[in-house]
Amino acid sequence: MVRLAEPPGFLTTTLDRAAAWAQTKSMWPAVFGLACCAIEMMATGAAHNDMGRFGMEVFRASPRQADLMIVAGRVSQKMAPVLRQVYDQMAEPKWVISMGACASSGGMFNNYALVQGVDQIVPVDVYVPGCPPGPQSLLHGILTLHAKVLEAAK
Amino acid sequence: MSDSTAAIAAAVEGAVIGDSLGQQTISVPVAQLATAAAAAKDNGYEMLVDLTSVDYLDRDPRFEVVVNLVSISAGVRLRLLAGVPGGDPTVPTLTTVYPGADFYEREIYDLMGIVFEGHPDLTRILLPDEWVGHPLRKDSSVGAVPVQFKSSNEVS
Amino acid sequence: MAKPPDLSTGDTEATITEAPKGAEADSSAEDSRRRTHDVWLSGTEEPDWIGKYTSEGAQEMLDEESDAVLASQRGAVVTDDFVLEDDVSDQETQIINMGPQHPSTHGVLRLQLELEGERVLRVKPIIGYLHTGMEKTAEVLTYLQGPTNVTRMDYAAPFFNELAFSLATEKLLGIEIPPRASAIRVMMTELNRIASHLLQLATNGMDVGALSMMIYGWRERELLLEFFEKVTGLRMNHNYIRPGGVAADLPDGWQDDIDNILYVMPRRLPEYEDMLSENPIWMERTQGVGVITPEECYAYGVTGPIMRAAGVAWDVRKAFPYSGIDQYEFDVATGKHGDVYDRYLVRLAEMRESLRIVQQVADSIPDGDYRSEDRKVTPPPRQRIDQSMEALIHHFKIFTEGFKVPPGETYVAVESPRGELGMYMVSDGGPKPWRLHVRAPSFAAVQAIPVMATDSIIGDLVATLASADPIMGDVDR
Repeated sequence: MVRLAEPPGFLTTTLDRAAAWAQTKSMWPAVFGLACCAIEMMATGAAHNDMGRFGMEVFRASPRQADLMIVAGRVSQKMAPVLRQVYDQMAEPKWVISMGACASSGGMFNNYALVQGVDQIVPVDVYVPGCPPGPQSLLHGILTLHAKVLEAAK
Repeated sequence: MSDSTAAIAAAVEGAVIGDSLGQQTISVPVAQLATAAAAAKDNGYEMLVDLTSVDYLDRDPRFEVVVNLVSISAGVRLRLLAGVPGGDPTVPTLTTVYPGADFYEREIYDLMGIVFEGHPDLTRILLPDEWVGHPLRKDSSVGAVPVQFKSSNEVS
Repeated sequence: MAKPPDLSTGDTEATITEAPKGAEADSSAEDSRRRTHDVWLSGTEEPDWIGKYTSEGAQEMLDEESDAVLASQRGAVVTDDFVLEDDVSDQETQIINMGPQHPSTHGVLRLQLELEGERVLRVKPIIGYLHTGMEKTAEVLTYLQGPTNVTRMDYAAPFFNELAFSLATEKLLGIEIPPRASAIRVMMTELNRIASHLLQLATNGMDVGALSMMIYGWRERELLLEFFEKVTGLRMNHNYIRPGGVAADLPDGWQDDIDNILYVMPRRLPEYEDMLSENPIWMERTQGVGVITPEECYAYGVTGPIMRAAGVAWDVRKAFPYSGIDQYEFDVATGKHGDVYDRYLVRLAEMRESLRIVQQVADSIPDGDYRSEDRKVTPPPRQRIDQSMEALIHHFKIFTEGFKVPPGETYVAVESPRGELGMYMVSDGGPKPWRLHVRAPSFAAVQAIPVMATDSIIGDLVATLASADPIMGDVDR
């Protein structure tokens, strides 16, 4: 979101909406595929279900260049600080999609080794259920996020 | 190929040949485990396939270290079993015989708490370094978090 | 147990000129000035606990390690002809961290490298970033629920995990499954082998620079995943192969789908060969890179395409056949040099052999039950529950308590696309396994990475890592 010093007026709200539109049309995801959901995330980027038509096929390896972190897979206790560090290194504005059951809530692994839900570590915008969610579910989640960003700018 | 099994058992004091559902096993005293592994390697078992541990809680000795070996040239498998007491579980390392036992022994140390004497770098491998406890032991709980289920009276 | 960091109280003071904790104390004044910044935006300082939780700790690669540790990090444990020259002084080397979040590490693998320029001197793999406690979870789930847990280990080839688990359970139970169930298992696992190798080729190609390989690989995978979805209901992590047989029979029209796959795949594989096999860039980057010798394979327990590319014709399907796979005719592909290029060729050949097996299964699949008739093990069909009290009781017992397995211990292995995947299962007579240990092939492959990475540059290391094909769910379980 664009923060401006002046109070909202006609020009600044239009600017807000234009900025949000631009952000949704090229929201670059960071490489954060952890487990099985990463395979389905790669499938979403491949030719059959093309994420490139939404401007998102470039997975940025460097978090500094990424807008969106799709946490795809189970987050273990050892990985949790790394996740937070990568999230902190991303520049504003940034969004998080928690993909799959393990990232959303710990999934079927309710045990000592996993963080029960990635929202204990980073703030999540959209949760995509599934184990793993198929590419169509992930795309639905991504489009929901786009709608959320556009809605917030109105 | 039972002659190689017999040869290995002969090289180790206190070895007992067994059969587990058609698979050859040799139970050895834990102090002789490295000797048994070396004897197996000399008798054609070139590859260490698996090294793991079991916690039989109410048994004495409490733990069991299981070594699965395979002979590529002969196409047979062998299992070595060694009972490890629960009070001070130490086992001689197999890395001098099979270098690939390195990570397996670290995993057993990490999750089960069995110490391998002579291992070059016995540190935690799967869990964070500052973890306390050994989760795979039977007296550790699985660590489940209580999960709430919304009652079905709520209309969505 | 490590406490999760308390993020509710953030550090929002705009403190400045504070070096992040965890940075090594450096004697040189210039370096320390480079590390501090004049201005930090408020709220973006590195939190205190980051340094502690993400530091190397006991896993740190030290300058002076013991000789045994140095040897394993240099990949020189097994004495062979290769001799490393020790001509680099310590001042010129740099210890750098690669991963766990990195586009080329195939999941969350962390490699600590000692580099001299671009040359890799030592490699220390650090794993555990995907540790899911599956072996502990397996002790809490019944044997019928077991495959759901185990299938998520090697998530690129989930049928193999389920197959190994089911075979181990059936061995302990002492039951035979009908030949149709075995044939279905063979067909699904061989198709999964093709899908897994496609994934590996795609990521290997992408890592080395052939980006279109990623698109081609996934295009073929969609074909296979659609078939899996038709048969099992899921594209991945199917929970289809269960103790006693398979979960459901093949759907109507499966023959046409298989015919389509068997028509399309052999015409697509030459596309990969056109793109890569004679490509001078591919050959330059993969020939002679990541070499492993058979002695080193034996020493580290590395099996699968890596071992076969090194020249050892060892395949669990031939040595210890399972599920009636010995009735089908197929060859075992081997390489000569043990480098990345040979592994690529071996995997291509294995895909062709798997297509051959699938053809034979589709032609000769017997009729019959798709699961064992033993009502103590297999749930009864749903329609019978309304009619028969006994069926209702069996259904109830199997799904709540689980069927009991006689006490014993066994080790069963299958040939997964990564090597020998084994399950060591101990039963105490109850409805849940007393201990389940999974022998993961990628665990041995990751351990052998320093061996394969001797005398590499970073680009070679990336290609080697891709060809070793570690799946971190398998490694960390």
